[in-house]
Amino acid sequence: MPREGLLGIDALTRDEIQAILDRARDFQPKPNESFGRFEILKGRTVVNLFFETSTRTRTSFEIAAKRLGADAVSITAQASSVTKGESLVDTLNTLAAMRPDAIVMRHSASGAPHFLQRYLATPIVNAGDGTHEHPTQALLDARTILDRGARLEGLRVAIIGDIAHSRVARSNVYLLSKYGAEIVLCGPASLLPKELAKIAPGVTLTTNMDEAIRNADVIMMLRVQLERQHEAAFPASEYFSFYGLRLEHLRLAKPDVIVMHPGPINRGREISSEVADSQRSVILNQVENGISVRMAVLESVLAGKRAGGKE
Amino acid sequence: MQANAPEAKSKSMPALLIKNGHVIDPASNRDGLADVLLQEGLVQQVGHNLPTEGVQVFDATGLYVAPGFIDMHVHLREPGFEHAETIETGSKAAAAGGFTSICPMPNTAPANDNATVTSYIVETARRHAVVNVFPIGAITKGRNGDELAAIGAMRQAGAVAISDDGNPVMNAQLMRRAMEYAKSFDIPVINHCEDLHLSAGGDMHEGVESVRLGLRGIPGCSEDVMVARDILLAEVTGARYHVAHISSRHSVEMVAFAKKRGLPITSEATPHHLDLADRDMKPYDSNFKMKPPLRGCGDVEAVLAGVKSGAIDAIATDHAPHPGSEKMQEFEKCPFGILGLETALGVVLERLYHSQKISLTRLVEMFTTNPARILGLSRGTLAKGSSADVTIFSTNKEWAYDVNKSFSKSRNSPYDGRKFRGGPVATIVSGNIVWRLS
Repeated sequence: MPREGLLGIDALTRDEIQAILDRARDFQPKPNESFGRFEILKGRTVVNLFFETSTRTRTSFEIAAKRLGADAVSITAQASSVTKGESLVDTLNTLAAMRPDAIVMRHSASGAPHFLQRYLATPIVNAGDGTHEHPTQALLDARTILDRGARLEGLRVAIIGDIAHSRVARSNVYLLSKYGAEIVLCGPASLLPKELAKIAPGVTLTTNMDEAIRNADVIMMLRVQLERQHEAAFPASEYFSFYGLRLEHLRLAKPDVIVMHPGPINRGREISSEVADSQRSVILNQVENGISVRMAVLESVLAGKRAGGKE
Repeated sequence: MQANAPEAKSKSMPALLIKNGHVIDPASNRDGLADVLLQEGLVQQVGHNLPTEGVQVFDATGLYVAPGFIDMHVHLREPGFEHAETIETGSKAAAAGGFTSICPMPNTAPANDNATVTSYIVETARRHAVVNVFPIGAITKGRNGDELAAIGAMRQAGAVAISDDGNPVMNAQLMRRAMEYAKSFDIPVINHCEDLHLSAGGDMHEGVESVRLGLRGIPGCSEDVMVARDILLAEVTGARYHVAHISSRHSVEMVAFAKKRGLPITSEATPHHLDLADRDMKPYDSNFKMKPPLRGCGDVEAVLAGVKSGAIDAIATDHAPHPGSEKMQEFEKCPFGILGLETALGVVLERLYHSQKISLTRLVEMFTTNPARILGLSRGTLAKGSSADVTIFSTNKEWAYDVNKSFSKSRNSPYDGRKFRGGPVATIVSGNIVWRLS
């Protein structure tokens, strides 16, 4: 039976998600210490194949693999044979012939890993596909929320920004919805397709930022992804005044609200420096949790056991 | 009008008698058991108990016998893309789908935008095709939407309609002139309706599914605004205007409205737009990627209703072969289009006949009389003296489609493995059996 990778949150059950989140806690470092070293994946090889530039995600996966004892090789598209005209299937088949145990992949085309997984026995871990999903981001976000509170059920989470083009938003919506959270998606209407309200239970939409933030337990800000905008869907000059998160907004939220951002942040575009550096910000905790969550994901994929305990 | 019709392949063949079939010939108001005698490329007689002496007999007991089916919208890829399909292979796929006449769109390289290319297609078909091929010429040079093509000359060389299919004519003024000019030659104008600004970069229908999959959408309104524009232009110009592969609810409604006003407007629907919605798409499988895209469930319902009401006149496949190397890529990189010829009747029987939406006579009309009328072809009937093109089909024989056995050079079908009830049994062109179910 071919081993499964991790393509998206949409297809996971809540139990499978919970197993990863629980296991990630085992890998979290103690205060002022580094991540522990394990030999769980000793002798295994993980290939990180990034067709889009990435610093944090690629590094995070690389460290996660190494902390588990696996060998990690990172390839970027610029250095790969893609630039020589090789098709994606051929590139992946070539890499698969070198018998890695998993391929971690980021690609600008939505569904690229899903398409490839149909032809490939090597499990693929999706590190972001186009405007579709970024499953490990949603997992590390959930881990970060849980670290601050007890549960995801019933939480009010505002996700604000360029929802239309955000794979982070989609994965988070799928995850939070499975836990029964209340999800408010907010942005200018041209970046907020009305169909979003139907992709998962518990989702509402608003174009009014105050309304989104009122009584929120969690505020997730999204980067304005100018590189994914194929046309000008909003006037960038006034974005910050209507959809940029500032300190005064936080008064509308619950007193213990946390502010999240998948990074890289654009200070003064979607979030003010004051908020980014405030006590409410858990942006660096997210980055830190990225490693423990990815360790849990790699372990579940590579150790041949799916999250949730299924063999 | 019929100068372009390929000649009967062989006039010395013995007569062929199709015996005991249920003949459906909407043009002659015939719907019942009868024998059909074909000789010298023509229908000689339709009647009861025709003598069997000295003729080849085809026993059609339990089968339906109809005028040869016409597919007014296919892509044969020749000249220019022979790695995907040729006139020969496409015609064989057509025969296996029960079609005796097909109309290739001008999306070739070079484009069929002048009489030389039209003649090349007609001549190649005469030599290699097993069914009749009636080319459709381009509206504009190179299908670029800038300047009118040599429409009159293409008409003389055998083109039966004009279209820039795949490339909508975005410039309304140019479309108006094309409609006016086409009137001089009594040739219908077919448009692939899609406002390219509204659909820019889209890969599938805009809706919940596209948002869920993170794919850029092709909204229904990108089709609707151009259908609306063209209906207004057709009214101004009085041209015969035909909407290709109609797929969205509002477009169907507008065509119905235009017809009610008495405008000479017609439309076609593909089998897949009657059958599949966006949510039926296998995620990121390019065998489900075409233009117009598989739309929402409400749109599919509207297209079915349009067939029932008569807003939609014809079934056309938009058979669009693409080689595996092009279809096996990231979804957003894959070209649009799927095979359609061999599965059309199976799909349409299921969606329209077995589901009791329309009668078999109406179904046959959409494959025969109506496309013939739209294109001005003196085909689509079994009246005495007409071309001996016949489609024999079953409504209950169960079969499954195996795309790897397709006559097409390509394999891009969403219907591989699909089970059907009823389909083509034999295809007869100019009195010759060109395909028969084995």
